[in-house]
Amino acid sequence: MKAAAFDYVKAKSLIEAIALLSEHGEDARLIAGGQTLLATLNLRLSEPSILIDITAVSELKGIFVQGNMLRIGALVTHTEIESSDLIAQHAPLLKEAAPHIAHRAIRNLGTWGGSLAYGDPAAEWPACSLALDAIMVIQGPSGARKVSAKDFFIDLYTTTLQVDEILVASEIPLASSNQVHSFQELARRHGDYAAVGLAAMIRTDKGKVQTCRLAFFSVAAIPTMASKAQAFIEGKSIDTALIQRAVNLAREEIETLADITNSQETKTHLLGVLLERALTKMMP
Amino acid sequence: MNHKKQINMMLNGKQISAEIEPRRHLVDFLREDLGLKGPHLGCEQGACGACTVRVNGQIVRGCLYLAVQADGATIETVEGLTEQGVLNDLQEAFLSHNALQCGFCTSGMLLAAAELIEHQPKSNREQVREWISGNYCRCTGYHSIVDAIMEVLEARADGRQVKSVTTA
Repeated sequence: MKAAAFDYVKAKSLIEAIALLSEHGEDARLIAGGQTLLATLNLRLSEPSILIDITAVSELKGIFVQGNMLRIGALVTHTEIESSDLIAQHAPLLKEAAPHIAHRAIRNLGTWGGSLAYGDPAAEWPACSLALDAIMVIQGPSGARKVSAKDFFIDLYTTTLQVDEILVASEIPLASSNQVHSFQELARRHGDYAAVGLAAMIRTDKGKVQTCRLAFFSVAAIPTMASKAQAFIEGKSIDTALIQRAVNLAREEIETLADITNSQETKTHLLGVLLERALTKMMP
Repeated sequence: MNHKKQINMMLNGKQISAEIEPRRHLVDFLREDLGLKGPHLGCEQGACGACTVRVNGQIVRGCLYLAVQADGATIETVEGLTEQGVLNDLQEAFLSHNALQCGFCTSGMLLAAAELIEHQPKSNREQVREWISGNYCRCTGYHSIVDAIMEVLEARADGRQVKSVTTA
């Protein structure tokens, strides 16, 4: 199918992009990689009157280290994350997750910020941002604000971003030497949306888990942390008995939602399978 | 409502200009306005990969990219890359392995495979399958396509060319 008619403007700066958003409100859509937007336009699931192209906005580009944080610009593509040495060194979970996102041709255009702002509960980056305690840097007409990943995703395809705000970048604490991760995803075909996925990170101190993050995706309306299982694991050493208890806790605490191919029961079962795999992999 | 925009792009080595509606995606622009029938339009929602073209040296879904976004970009299609000889080994291998039947997916497969060969020259069969998982083929069952790509990868690793079946 063909998209309905719309106007198009390419913003030259962040200020201009925000001014255009303020002017056009709900009638406008930002376009960066466009890998979700174009499909929804072609299907006429979305009929904006104007697209604001932000790909020339330099403030949204690049991967940098700033103090003890890694800053990933909203326009950074999935392919750039996959091949970045800075990501490999300071946020290796993201490097491992990137190849699971769709297919190469889509990863070449799709962006970090687009995936987060769209807030698809089956997407990889929202869960990874939770697992790594990312902070979202947001710019609007009245200035900048920062929101932690755990407060950013509020409902299905819904984030705290206001209609005239733009996600500029995310800041992620640099991976420490006592940090390990595991990324697990089950999909029927490589690159398809996950049936269930898990982005996990732990930091250990003297053989005991100091920090534990278990962020599941494609289980509910938003990416979901297994907070009871996390709290149970923290302060303990990982062994097979602990893994079993954590799996049971996660299955109890996460209220799964069925999708068109996987029932609630299937999802609940699979999230436990993935957690067992992840914890086994991260066990010292 | 006239939203037409002026665009300039380098297409298969030639500078072109056009005036287009913003809603026109790149494959419609190439096929309908310029008559380049190499990139095919399959699902028009990013699932099938038949519309694969190169933008600034990287493969993209031509149906998920607006022609207006290509202003100032370098675009290459199977036509241009064939002329340059970039796809020669892959095309010979596809022929000798019967890696196409109806041919609808072939231009997309060739462009996807070319990027794999460039970026992951040491790929095994499983990695080839993962890489081309974004390109549907409804005839071959993929096996012969993987065979063909593997032959090119092995030939490149050995520093030789793929044996030609067309000029024998």
